[in-house]
Amino acid sequence: MKSNWKYILSWLLLMVGGFYLINALIMVGVIDDFIENMLVTIGINIILATGLNLIIGFSGQFSLGHAGFMAIGAYATAIITQRMSSEAGFLVSMFVGVLLAIIIAAIIGTATFIRLKGDYLAIATLGAAEIIRNVINNLKITGGAAGLYNIPQLCSWPTVYILFCVTTIILTNFIRSKNGRAIKAVREDEIAAEAMGINTTKWKLAAFVLGGATAAIAGSLHASFLQTISPSNFGIMESISILVIVVLGGVGSMTGTFVAAIVLGVLDTALQSFGALRMVIYAIVLILIMIFKPAGLLGNWEFSLKNLTRHFGKKERS
Amino acid sequence: MQTVLQQIINALSLGSIYALLALGYSMVYGIINLINFAHGDIYMLGAFFAYYVINVWHFNFITALLSAMIIGAVSGVVIEYFAYRPLRKSPRIAVLITAIGVSFLLENGMSYFVGSNARSFPQVIEQVNYNIGGVQISNVQILILVTALILMVSLQLIIQKTKMGRAMRAVSVDPAAAELVGVNVNHTISFTFALGSALAGAAGILIGMYYNQIDPLMGMTPGIKAFVAAVLGGIGSVPGASLGGFLIGILETFFQSIGLSAYKDAVVYLVLIVILLFLPAGIFGKNTKEKV
Repeated sequence: MKSNWKYILSWLLLMVGGFYLINALIMVGVIDDFIENMLVTIGINIILATGLNLIIGFSGQFSLGHAGFMAIGAYATAIITQRMSSEAGFLVSMFVGVLLAIIIAAIIGTATFIRLKGDYLAIATLGAAEIIRNVINNLKITGGAAGLYNIPQLCSWPTVYILFCVTTIILTNFIRSKNGRAIKAVREDEIAAEAMGINTTKWKLAAFVLGGATAAIAGSLHASFLQTISPSNFGIMESISILVIVVLGGVGSMTGTFVAAIVLGVLDTALQSFGALRMVIYAIVLILIMIFKPAGLLGNWEFSLKNLTRHFGKKERS
Repeated sequence: MQTVLQQIINALSLGSIYALLALGYSMVYGIINLINFAHGDIYMLGAFFAYYVINVWHFNFITALLSAMIIGAVSGVVIEYFAYRPLRKSPRIAVLITAIGVSFLLENGMSYFVGSNARSFPQVIEQVNYNIGGVQISNVQILILVTALILMVSLQLIIQKTKMGRAMRAVSVDPAAAELVGVNVNHTISFTFALGSALAGAAGILIGMYYNQIDPLMGMTPGIKAFVAAVLGGIGSVPGASLGGFLIGILETFFQSIGLSAYKDAVVYLVLIVILLFLPAGIFGKNTKEKV
């Protein structure tokens, strides 16, 4: 721990620096509303995709139902803040959303992880997310198929930025901890991991629940920032577009997820004028990447300050 | 009693369409272990092609059906050749994501070219309602049921009696061993895709006649439901997939008739999860044990 304080401090400085950089750019006027919107969307997508990457890339369980948890967070925020329109209400709603997502993820996880894996698990999680959406679609409190609108906007880019930093810190630290190694062991070989005394179901479930909780946070931000939500926002398409970010960046690389979310976010804004053609381009890119680079852009490479300084240190010495 | 009979008839005609779709899923999964997400979209392509030939070239039912099947078979083989074959040795998640990508491409490509609005399917045969003891049966329903049954029986004959069918069964048991005894694995897989996709094309024109409406996203939900049907019946088994399709049709019609039609999708997914948990091999499937 002692030897790591340098890196912890530099990461902290980077995060604070990033905050002030964006702040300054907004003050100067380089970042207008349009770009700010794009940045917030990218931030929310990073929260979603890092959570899904934990489930798919690190614990090796294929989930196609990430949008379901996002819907839970979004609807919790929408319903609560419409009745309690204050910062405190937003925090309460986020807490409720995360709690609900954790409970539901635990139920889905315990039901499915014990017996299912691979494509069957994917299709079961997809089904579970569709059940969540179908229920939301038919309840009165959620506004049915029309959804909810006039949700008070209680979050702006600093909220998204802070939560994005917090979730990233939690997820990356979780992956690098002892528990994270247990999860990666399950991914590599379940039977061998079990033989080493790892409770495989427990750790798969832990990754799934943590991923679901971060998705709920992203959902809360999404609802509060965009102010309108409807069940159709959280369908299979949404789950797949989160999956595309994860796969494009590299399954098992958090850095890759960051890069992919930023690239796709910028591309999305740039291609805005193409309308329907945008989705066609998306689909073709997805297929081509899978055929020519199945491991994604960055494979499982991770950016780390430690390796960077070591690398430069070596160069100076030689 | 009459309403029950009426619902059973509705359920059978809807179920036979699901069954046709489920057969394609089942065969493809049985042979290369891939959930072919694009299968539902081939059914959409079949429906749109039938719409086109009926409206523009004034085809009758039989020729429209055959042309939809041919277009289905061709697109299935092309998709397999370009999207799935290069990934034969890749991890399964990569192939599955490619399948999702192909599905996405077909849906959005179609929306881009023809617009995403629903359009009404031309009446290829004039609808006549028969009233048998208070139960309404239309000739369209009979036609759907009969066509589906003929196709299912011929599929079963192809798989059980022909040389290609034997090759398909061999590849699905063990591709490497099949190759050793002289089966051309790639041809066999292409043939499987052609057969399954032809059935999806047929299902497309039948659903167009049943609902009188088609749109580019029509394949998504029925596709997943048909996969549920295939899992329910036992993946890789032809009678299983047919039975599963009919069961899903009955289940859906039942929930619609007791006034819970808003929840019918949720019920299908719930059935899927329960089946996967308690009967992972389906009704006709074989249980396999994992060896260390």
